[in-house]
Amino acid sequence: MATFQLNGRTVTSSGPEDAPLLWAIRDDLGLKGTKFGCGIGACGACTVHVDGQAIRACVTPVSAVAGAKVVTIEGLDPKGAHPLQTAWIATQAPQCGYCQSGQIMQAAALLAATPRPTDAEIDAAMNGNLCRCMAYVRIKKAIKLAATGARA
Amino acid sequence: MNKPFAPSRRGFMIAATAAGAMFGFVAPGAAAEAGFEPTVWYSIDPQGIVTVNVIRAEMGQHVGTAIARIVADELEADWDKVRIVSVDSDPKWGYMVTGGSWSVWQSYPLMSQAGAAGRIALIEAGAKLLGADPKACLARKGMVSAGGKSVSYGDIVAKGGLKASFTEAELKAMPIKPPAERRLIGRETQARDIPDKTNGKGLYGLDAVVPGMVYARPKIPPTRNESKVVSVDDSAAKAVPGYQRSLVLDDPSGTVPGWVVVVADSFVAADRAAELVKVTWTNGDTAKISEADLQAHAAKLIADPKVGAMVLNDAGVDSAFGAARSTLEATYTTASAIHFQMEPVNALAFEKDGVFEIHTGNQWQSLILPTLAKALGRPEDKIVMRTYLLGGGFGRRLNGDYAVPAALASKALGKPVKLVFTRADDTLFDSFRSPSVQKVRMAFGAGGAVSAMEHHACAGWPTLVMAPFFMPKGVDGVAYDPFAINGANHWYTVGAHRVRAVSNDLANRAFRPGWLRSVGPGWTNWAVECFMDEAAHAQKADPLAFRLRLLDGAGRNAGGPPSAVGGARRQAAVLARVAKSAGYGGKLPRDTGIGLATTFGQERDMPTWIACAARVRVDRKSGEVKVESLHLAVDAGAIVHPDGALAQMEGAALWGMSLALFEGATFANGQIAETNLDSYTPLRMADVPELHIDFVESPEPPVGLGEPATTVVGPAIGNAIFAAVGARLRHLPIQPDAVLAALKTA
Repeated sequence: MATFQLNGRTVTSSGPEDAPLLWAIRDDLGLKGTKFGCGIGACGACTVHVDGQAIRACVTPVSAVAGAKVVTIEGLDPKGAHPLQTAWIATQAPQCGYCQSGQIMQAAALLAATPRPTDAEIDAAMNGNLCRCMAYVRIKKAIKLAATGARA
Repeated sequence: MNKPFAPSRRGFMIAATAAGAMFGFVAPGAAAEAGFEPTVWYSIDPQGIVTVNVIRAEMGQHVGTAIARIVADELEADWDKVRIVSVDSDPKWGYMVTGGSWSVWQSYPLMSQAGAAGRIALIEAGAKLLGADPKACLARKGMVSAGGKSVSYGDIVAKGGLKASFTEAELKAMPIKPPAERRLIGRETQARDIPDKTNGKGLYGLDAVVPGMVYARPKIPPTRNESKVVSVDDSAAKAVPGYQRSLVLDDPSGTVPGWVVVVADSFVAADRAAELVKVTWTNGDTAKISEADLQAHAAKLIADPKVGAMVLNDAGVDSAFGAARSTLEATYTTASAIHFQMEPVNALAFEKDGVFEIHTGNQWQSLILPTLAKALGRPEDKIVMRTYLLGGGFGRRLNGDYAVPAALASKALGKPVKLVFTRADDTLFDSFRSPSVQKVRMAFGAGGAVSAMEHHACAGWPTLVMAPFFMPKGVDGVAYDPFAINGANHWYTVGAHRVRAVSNDLANRAFRPGWLRSVGPGWTNWAVECFMDEAAHAQKADPLAFRLRLLDGAGRNAGGPPSAVGGARRQAAVLARVAKSAGYGGKLPRDTGIGLATTFGQERDMPTWIACAARVRVDRKSGEVKVESLHLAVDAGAIVHPDGALAQMEGAALWGMSLALFEGATFANGQIAETNLDSYTPLRMADVPELHIDFVESPEPPVGLGEPATTVVGPAIGNAIFAAVGARLRHLPIQPDAVLAALKTA
């Protein structure tokens, strides 16, 4: 069991303390937007924010977030209209969509730290997020679009 | 080539219902039966909302949007009022499969006719309401108008009495609009499935839950087909809180021999317990088989002229080789390649009100339902597959084998079971792309003219293992897997042509060969297109000019309706186009080269004419290959959803590059060795080259776009490496060591 803030709400997970945060979010707390891909922190589908940092929920024990603020794709924006989400639709970035929650959460952390990332900075930040549909061209385009929008 | 998937022709009925009007196909004669229920393909309610039922799986291709726009265009519907429903399995839908890049190609004729039939009926009914001659009426954006007055489709439906029926012949003769009259097809739009993929709302199979379910994780046996459980020791697992039991599956369908599933209160508990459960198996000899054994067996089979099926066997092949001034022969190989779709396979199964429900993402419901029926010992009509978004298909979910253990476990336990595979479980149970060996030969006559060609290809045959009823017969009457040879039956005019497909029986036994994005053409063209380059160089010809000369559209390569009008000349056109756009033939920096490849996509009956020019730079010291750019040109007939088509091209092209340089698995001791991303390394964002994708405008009917780009990129890269540094690569994936080795002989 661990108590933390999930998208602004205080929650307590029911599983063991060393259970991965991913399964606490998905199965104990019922938010299915965060996805399971590899289980070893190498695909990024499970990316969530812990106190503003993008982390891989599949390799983070739930005990590590006790007292922390966890934000998932469902909590990124109350209306699902974060500039990245809007840009994701404008560029028609998702294909199968399974990795996209993680891609968006990773990109949101990037833009929070680096509002005007260069191509190389985008590559470096996003290289840990696998998109098996290989929608990379549009994911990058969407990040740039959101970054430009944020400036305007 | 046969057409196993062509939907049968049926009549069409339009009828008023309590909820509006329904538009549906009926089987011949069905209308005469009392109480018949037509299959509703779309409906219009009194508010004018058009609901289109889509039977194709949504796995990233935005297929619902494309199909609904085909209907809506002919119907002259208001796109803002069109809704898309992804349906569950039901025999009334006919054959349910999503693959082969067939969806738009197959749906287009039928859905166009269905839309046109609706338009005609709505105009008839609208004309009555307007007191106008139907010939004077115009249908646009969900309204019928005449003489300055108009009535909406919703109002026409609300008035009731909309009724019409069309015979099969009438439907076939339906006046489909000419391209200039299209208002949705070919125009940009946003895909309807995308918003829910940006906010976490989209539901995939893994997200399915039902009250009272237990979780299970499999213990994947050491071999796919030959393992038997001797004993299960779960004493250590009992210490895991929430662990319930380990279940040895009894599978009458033979889909999952030697399977044990570990059941628990939660996935975490099932996962941890599974690590501690010890299963002892007996295994057949395939537990010792490795990649090299599979390839050695394939090479042995290829050397035996008595095995396999002749897909093409023109008279005069042997005499042309006998009389040749010169000949060329080369052998190409490809390694195993796994699907690695992002969502590991999974299924939730339970019985409710006498019906077994299977909740999972799937591409070929009609293939797995009979197997599920056998496994569960109940008729197919008492099993339903609920539809979800697919976290990647790429052919993995054509094979629904992962649903069987969930169903068996649920039946055994008498409660809902959610079976979740870890990534390693998914890989070990993958029906991956078989390794292959191909031998290609060419005979040259006077002046270097090509006089004959032979292509012999050996690999595991997914269609033989899983769907043998889909195997056409070769010219010698022997059945073969078209998805393990298509591509070799190319559109080049090469004189007498022989194509032989050989099944690797050892592969079929050692694992379950699968269909992987671009199937046969994904590896047969590695041979065809690298060989065309080698043949050109052997004749001291330019590879572009050499290919263009052979793509002359002569004889059987002239093409023809319905889908191959123009034949090889359209292939030549995309090749010339891509060469020009990539600057082929121009001056390049040192160790940099442009390589070409061109294919007809997936099938001769459904050619998607495509070409690629890859520009690479080779590091002579490390053997590393850097892809600088990929230019692609494609002629896929009319493009229904242009942005969706572009997305498919982008993804499929990068798939081709990933398979060529970044993937490739190793079968070792009966299983795939690279089970996760620490050892299997698909292309990432930083590896993406410049991409230029060019669509040819065409009035021809649409063909497929999900896979063709995957078929050209690998050979284009291989040929580019040769152009850059003179190193000829004949194995996929291309690894730096192989480049260094080839450089030594360059």
